[in-house]
Amino acid sequence: MNKIVIENLTLQYTDGTESLRNINLGICEKAITVLFGPAGGGKSSLLRCLNRLNDMADVKFASGRILLDGIDILSPKTDVITLRRKVGMVFARPVVLPFSIRGNLTYGLEVMGEKRRSKLDQAVERSLKQAALWDEVKDRLDDQAIALSGGQQQRLCLARSLALEPEVILLDEPTSGLDPISTAKVEASLQELKKNYTVILVPHSVQQAARTADYAAFFLQGELIEYGQGKTLFTTPQDKRTENYVTGRFG
Amino acid sequence: MLRKTFENEIQQLKDEIIVLGSMVEQSLLDAVESLKKRDAVASKKIIEQDMAINDKRFTLENQVMIVIATQQPMAHDLRLLASLFEVISELERMGDYAKGIAIINVRMGNEALLKPLIDIPRMAQKSADMLHRALTAFVNEDVETARAIPAEDDEVDLLYNQVYRELMTYVMADPRNIERANWLLWVAHNIERFADRVTNICERTAFVATGEYKETETSSDELDDAKK
Repeated sequence: MNKIVIENLTLQYTDGTESLRNINLGICEKAITVLFGPAGGGKSSLLRCLNRLNDMADVKFASGRILLDGIDILSPKTDVITLRRKVGMVFARPVVLPFSIRGNLTYGLEVMGEKRRSKLDQAVERSLKQAALWDEVKDRLDDQAIALSGGQQQRLCLARSLALEPEVILLDEPTSGLDPISTAKVEASLQELKKNYTVILVPHSVQQAARTADYAAFFLQGELIEYGQGKTLFTTPQDKRTENYVTGRFG
Repeated sequence: MLRKTFENEIQQLKDEIIVLGSMVEQSLLDAVESLKKRDAVASKKIIEQDMAINDKRFTLENQVMIVIATQQPMAHDLRLLASLFEVISELERMGDYAKGIAIINVRMGNEALLKPLIDIPRMAQKSADMLHRALTAFVNEDVETARAIPAEDDEVDLLYNQVYRELMTYVMADPRNIERANWLLWVAHNIERFADRVTNICERTAFVATGEYKETETSSDELDDAKK
């Protein structure tokens, strides 16, 4: 079942550096879909379209539709705040807020008007457990978040987006700055999260794409070259360009 | 080319597997030749040389593992490296069949051959030739040749059946021949199995090139099914 359906999506920036050309793609719910390919292929642009972060970018031209549960999120009528609550995002570099660990997690909920301590505590515990960070920080929730290690900060950012109970989680190279152990922890938590959430990941390497993907989409110069199940695409890709990229012959 | 080191490593593995294949091929031909001449000394040498085949098998497997660990191959490269494991172990088993023939010759002691060897050397020649071409097709990823070779296994099977029938007539004529007939029957059986394993290498060739698993039905499979 598709959570998101992208139809004929075309996107061009004013400087012409990066674009998407006529993308058609269905994103399966409760699974990890990986968008991968060489730099400048359009994968981050697509990711940013999915929670309208491109609204702030210099977009020259955009057409097509992105349907989230059948509703076009690119429509001017879409409430971007509501959309971003449904579609959370984690970036390559962890950006922790200058608050305590708890404060980072409750901030979004408090902004939305949630004041009940019990609800906030529940959200803190639930989201930290989902991000596989609870055991490491449960005794020091009031410590400054900045004191956490890089890997912990990244999982805190993941927990922060989970605290808002999104339906879709977007991750843009979330482990590019992490060591292998922290990377493994983030990847393990994604495998848990996909049971309840739709996860879309731009990985920082082909190996990570292969490890994590239930479904994978290969992007090259703004075009979707190949889409399929991860286990098929990384062993028997159908397109020569995908083959050449995953085997490291270009890119 | 971005991955020159990797390409070189793959080429080296391909070269090494051809070397291993030649060792196995020669071992089979020598084993049959020694039997034909009843040369126990030569057979003992073949038994010793099988150790070299076994050693090379482990060295090669280790090299494949190192390439997998260091290069993290995907797609076609992954299929090739995974298939190399199978081809290497097939070759090692084929070497054991040749060694088996050498052991038979040694165990036969001073006993004369029941009959002059005619079809058995033909089987060996044919099987060695099939192996040679199958391995060449494997390293060149020549799917067409790889798909054509398994049909030739029928020829080996026909010769095997011929040897079997002929030996049975000797046994029927004089039951005291049974032991000597049995020695030769085992020799023929070893060669027949050797040729069957060539088919597995051919299947791997098609898999590396296309990603499709397709088992080749040979007439000996049908024979096995009929026996069940």
